Amino acid sequence: MNRLVTPMLCGALFGAGLVISGMADPSIVLGFLTLAPGWNPALALVMGGALMITVPGFFWLRRRARPFVAEQFVMPPTRPVDHVLILGAALFGLGWGLAGFCPGPAIVSLGLGQGAALLFVPAFLIGGKIADFVEPLLRHRSA
Amino acid sequence: MNLVLALFGGMLIGASALLLYAVEGKIAGISGIVFSATGVERVWKLVFLASLMAGGWLAIGGGAATPHAPVPATPGGIALLLLAGVSVGVGTRLSKGCTSGHGVCGLARLSPRSLAAVMTFMGVGMLTATALRYAH
Repeated sequence: MNRLVTPMLCGALFGAGLVISGMADPSIVLGFLTLAPGWNPALALVMGGALMITVPGFFWLRRRARPFVAEQFVMPPTRPVDHVLILGAALFGLGWGLAGFCPGPAIVSLGLGQGAALLFVPAFLIGGKIADFVEPLLRHRSA
Repeated sequence: MNLVLALFGGMLIGASALLLYAVEGKIAGISGIVFSATGVERVWKLVFLASLMAGGWLAIGGGAATPHAPVPATPGGIALLLLAGVSVGVGTRLSKGCTSGHGVCGLARLSPRSLAAVMTFMGVGMLTATALRYAH
């Protein structure tokens, strides 16, 4: 039970940050992604603010062999940059630029009962299932 | 929109990601948490996602932000949202991360994969949104 306190606190901080920053509002996100008269660069400060914390913080954690409570740090994929990564990131960018939703803000908006998120989130989950089917084909072709 | 709020909200997101990594050694990447919320990892991930929604709700309830207007429900608008959702789902699952996993955590971990992913989704996102504006 104690091990759930940190995820609970972190989830709440993250969700509040998304709403407070404007990141959870698709119209603000699209105002940032649309390079046209009236462009609103403010959203760059959201990632900027987050990196102000995580860059020095993660650097400091490099000296530690293990996290404060868990046994070890998770190791995300160490594959080189490949066509699957770039194709995936491009498809993500396409959907992000169409609707102004990335996954975190979509989940938060779902919690707020926003109609747009009620459509977007199930489609997002189906997309994940499609990727599980497609990824082996993409890797097999290049192998 | 307010520059100070954008920076402050971003710092809250960064603090969340740093705390989760420092204490539990986990990456606060939303797409990864959603797609891998199974097995022994299931409980903490569902708790995180429920708290994510609660945090947004509390921020609005506490007056820190106002809820945004719902997207107009035209047939074209609905089709676009569904297409966007599928595209974001396929894309983040294939590239193993989104704005949080690759952006907030991956860049801080100095991951070349995350840098390539962020430059790609930012570039394509801007191209798409800009093209959509001029197509109207």
